[in-house]
Amino acid sequence: MNIKLWGVRGSIPVSDPDTRQYGGHTSCVVVSQDGHFLVLDGGSGMQKLNFGQELTGKRVDILLTHFHLDHLQGLGFFKSLFNPSMEVHIWGPASSTHSLHARLSRYLSPPLFPVLIRDLPCQLHLHEIANSEFEIGPFRIRSRYVIHPGPTVGFRISNGNGAFAYIPDHEPALGLAGILDDPHWISGYDLAAGADLLYHDAQYTDEEYRYKQGWGHSGLSDTMKFATLSGVKKLLLAHHDPGRTDVQIQDLLTELLLTGQYDFPFEMAGEGMEYKIGT
Amino acid sequence: MPSYEIEIILSRQLADSLSMPVFITDTEGNLIYYNEPAEEILGKRFEESGVMPVEEWGKIFKPVDEFKNPLSPEDLPLVKTLRNVYPYHKTFWIESLQGKTQKISVTSFPIIGRSGNFSGGIAIFWKDERL
Repeated sequence: MNIKLWGVRGSIPVSDPDTRQYGGHTSCVVVSQDGHFLVLDGGSGMQKLNFGQELTGKRVDILLTHFHLDHLQGLGFFKSLFNPSMEVHIWGPASSTHSLHARLSRYLSPPLFPVLIRDLPCQLHLHEIANSEFEIGPFRIRSRYVIHPGPTVGFRISNGNGAFAYIPDHEPALGLAGILDDPHWISGYDLAAGADLLYHDAQYTDEEYRYKQGWGHSGLSDTMKFATLSGVKKLLLAHHDPGRTDVQIQDLLTELLLTGQYDFPFEMAGEGMEYKIGT
Repeated sequence: MPSYEIEIILSRQLADSLSMPVFITDTEGNLIYYNEPAEEILGKRFEESGVMPVEEWGKIFKPVDEFKNPLSPEDLPLVKTLRNVYPYHKTFWIESLQGKTQKISVTSFPIIGRSGNFSGGIAIFWKDERL
């Protein structure tokens, strides 16, 4: 499977000469294989996507981890939604109070957006997921609720030859004890265990996290511990804080490389980066 | 190795922050976590005991009613919660490990996550110091 990062920033898009290297668009990652495309989250990076000849059929699937604006704001600008010949499937976490349609409509309706969800010309299909397993084309997908404010899932996408874990917003260390060493008690463990590539929240430095506990994101040390306990083969540190410049992101990476000893390679996620897993 | 449901994990983190004794069980009644204040009731540290089946933890603290008649595990609020997926509250007496009788109130409720699935139960113990 092929993986391309279209948006790796957290919270709000930024556009600044100091953020060009890693990019300023919010969460959007595309996973593809054999003409099947999965779009993970609809952050501002989604606006750049335009599927055409590369699609095997007329179907594209959007997998939303949750409905915070930095994961949704690109959705209204996704070209396939306005193509009557396209079949668009949106998968999103179930809530115990409101339907997926109702929650999407909060954004896709005035005053936040001029076009109503019912007026979108594509063939739209909505799927509510929870702790679910489902298949799309060559992909087997597992979703699990993870620790983040509001209904939020992470995804594990497998193609039989490899696994990609996508947990962009996650606070596994929430609580007095932080991340516990027992896998039974680690949020998101089922998704990340042994994955070939883990894309994970690393928004804060450890010092910043002290003042932002409960906001739903991870400090760098907690991300590294989560990846270590999960036995991942490679880690992408993502959801960069909007206030972080390229130089600062690079400095954090350098510090991690110099001060820690890890059994797996890791790097900072950047817009445009591409990966290949399995065949 | 599967991890527990997110609502169970968060329940443990909450229990870890409380000064009241808290038990957390899975749907089968296995005691999968108890916090430090609860260690006093059970006489065992969680790190030492690990997961305990209901047949074991239900007998450790010798519960009796106001007439000193023994209560069976089936009469305990948490066991009833697990059986009926419903909240319960009961005041009764337990014999401490030091042989002292202690009046306690127990509130228990089922843990039902966002997906609507019943994933376990919680019991919170209140020591009644007025006795």
